[in-house]
Amino acid sequence: MAQQRFTLIVNGQTHVIDADGQTPLLYILQNDLALRGARFGCGLAQCGSCSVLVDDREVRACITPLAAVAGRAITTLEGVAAWHARRRDLARVPDMHPVQQALLEAEAPQCGYCMNGIVMKSAELLDQNPQPTEEQIRAALAGHLCRCGTYPSILRAVQKAART
Amino acid sequence: MRSPETSSDLLPQAARRDFLRAGGALVVGLSLAACATPEGSGVRSGMRALPLRLREPQSTPPAADRVDSFLVIHEDSTVTLYTGFAELGQGTTTSLLQIAAEELDLGMDQIRAAPLDTHLSPNQGGTYSSASVQRGRPQITAAAAEARRALLALAATRLDADVARLSVARGRVRARKGGRSVSYGELIGGQRFELSITGKAPVKASTEYRLVGQKHKRADLAAKLTGQQVYIQQQRLPGMLHARVIRPRGQAAYGAGARVLRVDDSALASIPGARLLRRNDFLGVVAPLEWDAIRAAQAVIVEWESPPTLPTSAGLHAQMRAATTTDNVVLERGDVRVAADEAAATVVQRGNAPYQAHAPFAPNCALADIQPEGGLVICSSQDVHAARRGIAALVGLPAEKIRVQFGEGAGTYGHSCYDDVAQAAALLSQLAGSPVRVQFMRADEHGWDTYGPPHVGEARLACDANGRLVAYEYHGWQHNWSLVETTSQLAGAAPATEWPPVAVQGVNALVCGGMYSIPSVKLVNHRLPGLQYLRGAWLRSPLDLAFAFVSEQAIDQLAVQLSIDPVEMRRRNVKDERWRGVLDAVAEASQWNAARVPGRLGNERIRRGRGVGLGTHLISHGASVADIEVNLDSGQVRILHLYGALDAGLVVNPLTVEHQIEGQLVQTASRMLLEEVHFDAGRVTSLDWVGYPILRMDACPAVTPVVVQRMNERSTGAGEETMAAAAAAIANAFFDATGRRMEQFPFTPERVLETLKAV
Repeated sequence: MAQQRFTLIVNGQTHVIDADGQTPLLYILQNDLALRGARFGCGLAQCGSCSVLVDDREVRACITPLAAVAGRAITTLEGVAAWHARRRDLARVPDMHPVQQALLEAEAPQCGYCMNGIVMKSAELLDQNPQPTEEQIRAALAGHLCRCGTYPSILRAVQKAART
Repeated sequence: MRSPETSSDLLPQAARRDFLRAGGALVVGLSLAACATPEGSGVRSGMRALPLRLREPQSTPPAADRVDSFLVIHEDSTVTLYTGFAELGQGTTTSLLQIAAEELDLGMDQIRAAPLDTHLSPNQGGTYSSASVQRGRPQITAAAAEARRALLALAATRLDADVARLSVARGRVRARKGGRSVSYGELIGGQRFELSITGKAPVKASTEYRLVGQKHKRADLAAKLTGQQVYIQQQRLPGMLHARVIRPRGQAAYGAGARVLRVDDSALASIPGARLLRRNDFLGVVAPLEWDAIRAAQAVIVEWESPPTLPTSAGLHAQMRAATTTDNVVLERGDVRVAADEAAATVVQRGNAPYQAHAPFAPNCALADIQPEGGLVICSSQDVHAARRGIAALVGLPAEKIRVQFGEGAGTYGHSCYDDVAQAAALLSQLAGSPVRVQFMRADEHGWDTYGPPHVGEARLACDANGRLVAYEYHGWQHNWSLVETTSQLAGAAPATEWPPVAVQGVNALVCGGMYSIPSVKLVNHRLPGLQYLRGAWLRSPLDLAFAFVSEQAIDQLAVQLSIDPVEMRRRNVKDERWRGVLDAVAEASQWNAARVPGRLGNERIRRGRGVGLGTHLISHGASVADIEVNLDSGQVRILHLYGALDAGLVVNPLTVEHQIEGQLVQTASRMLLEEVHFDAGRVTSLDWVGYPILRMDACPAVTPVVVQRMNERSTGAGEETMAAAAAAIANAFFDATGRRMEQFPFTPERVLETLKAV
């Protein structure tokens, strides 16, 4: 597999990456850019632990080839608060996205490993639909597993984030 | 641009070349875990603002009977707490900090926990049985009390005051209000106590507690929500290679292991730097780039021996029930047969439980750098001291030459593949002559787990005309746990061996009727030959869901026969006020109505039901109520609401325990409705989240956790003790809804329709 040069735009920063274009984005984010938001869970797009936003939509980085996202706007957990501020035209970037803040206040995480996907998917949901019903939240997050069983706390937190 | 050197340039330059060798002991200049980021992975922070200051590492664990092993007081009166317990996402680190801060009269912002490390941490035993607070609280309380006594003695001299007149706040000692004061830092900052823990230093009465017993937020969650936390899956060692193991997709029988017949690694020539490494039947690949390591593992062609010896998941329970077993009586009191013959009502309840997987949300991962003189392994073992012994034996080094550091990963709920992957990393590092990082892929973790073993249970219960239990007989069929990690087994270092017969692997006398006063009891284990089955180990509340599923359905059968409300039936039989307490608490929280007519809620084809159950694991007291819905046409069961009440003695941090109950209830819903490891005659076939589904957000019930606080009782486990109760409550709710009893879980639509045939 030949190495090629790609331009990757992550959280507003441009990176030049020499790699096999079939390399899943997750491994570039983890190993080349040392980002910790997107993380390995299954490598099969089944669990949501690797979720990032590409052009404002949630995407599974573990099966998305580098070549497919070169030049597009990628947002990771580390940049989701800034992304939110941009989407809502906020004067300043908050410390956390409202969903992160609500999950923290609800003490939702146990091991916390799933929280990347939960935050990214919820951020996408609230961006598309600022006032989702409980059923819409459950449906949106049904593709994001949590093995610790924190779903009830997550649900409360996302509902609260939608209200604020 | 993209090379392993570039990657490692992004990471701190700790590690490999910094090994110092002093007095034969391998010492790492700084904790790698602590270096990885300012916060550090595996670093269990008290407050993030407090810098982590660690003592010099040593190759033998500090003695568990010395104050200095647990506590270091710094010049600024802040404290580093060393404990032997792993943070697995359950939040106990916060509880342990509360305990130490309470006894020392510190603020929670003045104390921080050190990472778990064989070269830093006292050995308090592994992080098992939800017992970190149960075992840790007396030890840490005693160490802190001893320290406080010494500090007050020093302060009395310094302030020229009577010890009895001294008071402490935030680590500052005063003789009287507004008078002179001296801080812990001024008294002993940076020096050692050099004291044994006598257990005789005065400790606070629970009425004096201001931190213990109060809700306290965890300090580690902000990092986990923002990407600052470095999980073990995200740690890197400078100069390391990425590695993957190569195994058959899904395990065969434990005793069969996996035997290589033929290997062809010619395809690796086209993958830069990829190498196949092998010891006997243990295979792995290394490569400088992670994606190349993944591709390399797939590119190697291996022909494995495939003995078709398994009973298949469909034929499992019939084979278990018919097997030649090794039997022992766990408990016998009175004569159950005579008592049952004279009873007003007698019932029999059978039940089967499947293999269930730990299935941690992130597959296990480990990093290792094994050199000829010694080595470092970073892993997520629940017992770093035991892991070190296993790794040392595998790589042929004395245990004290191996340093094992704990790195926090995803929740594990028992013995998943964390020790297996640690051994794989150590072995691959040794074979490669380089530091390596081994990340199990999803199929490795799902397919080579040490599963929670399956169970066949038969209960025969009898009561008198007033609903008082008079006879309780339980027979359980199961196999013991697997002692040898897959890596050691495949590498030829150790043959498949079962755990010695410790009690927790068999019929649990606490869950099987132990919460009731019953004159005649007989509990019998029928132990299966484990090498013929899948690998097994403890999975959160081991076997308890199965025991309660059988036992508590039998109690309900008696209640139905005698037309006694199921909660009232249990009230008449619980053996003490603590069982009565959780039963009453859950009845109150769920607004249990004894007059309600069963099975008359919902509509004609979607029936609603409500059930109650009691249960525990090794200690503590759990009670649960379940509201469920059964679709008679589709066989779909939906759990609407689970209530769980837990009496775990003095609960140090009710907030984390509420979250533990929430997780227990949701995980129990998942295990009762969905979770089952499937296998054919050759191998396990449940290899991912499609083959092994778990509960999702769209089907998640509402949950109501209830902590029954007992400020004057000792603290006991709180991580698994409502699960058995909830499993039973769900089963009893099913009967309430349908008038039929399930005899096997999970409650898949096919099984439900089979059970409902006549409805």
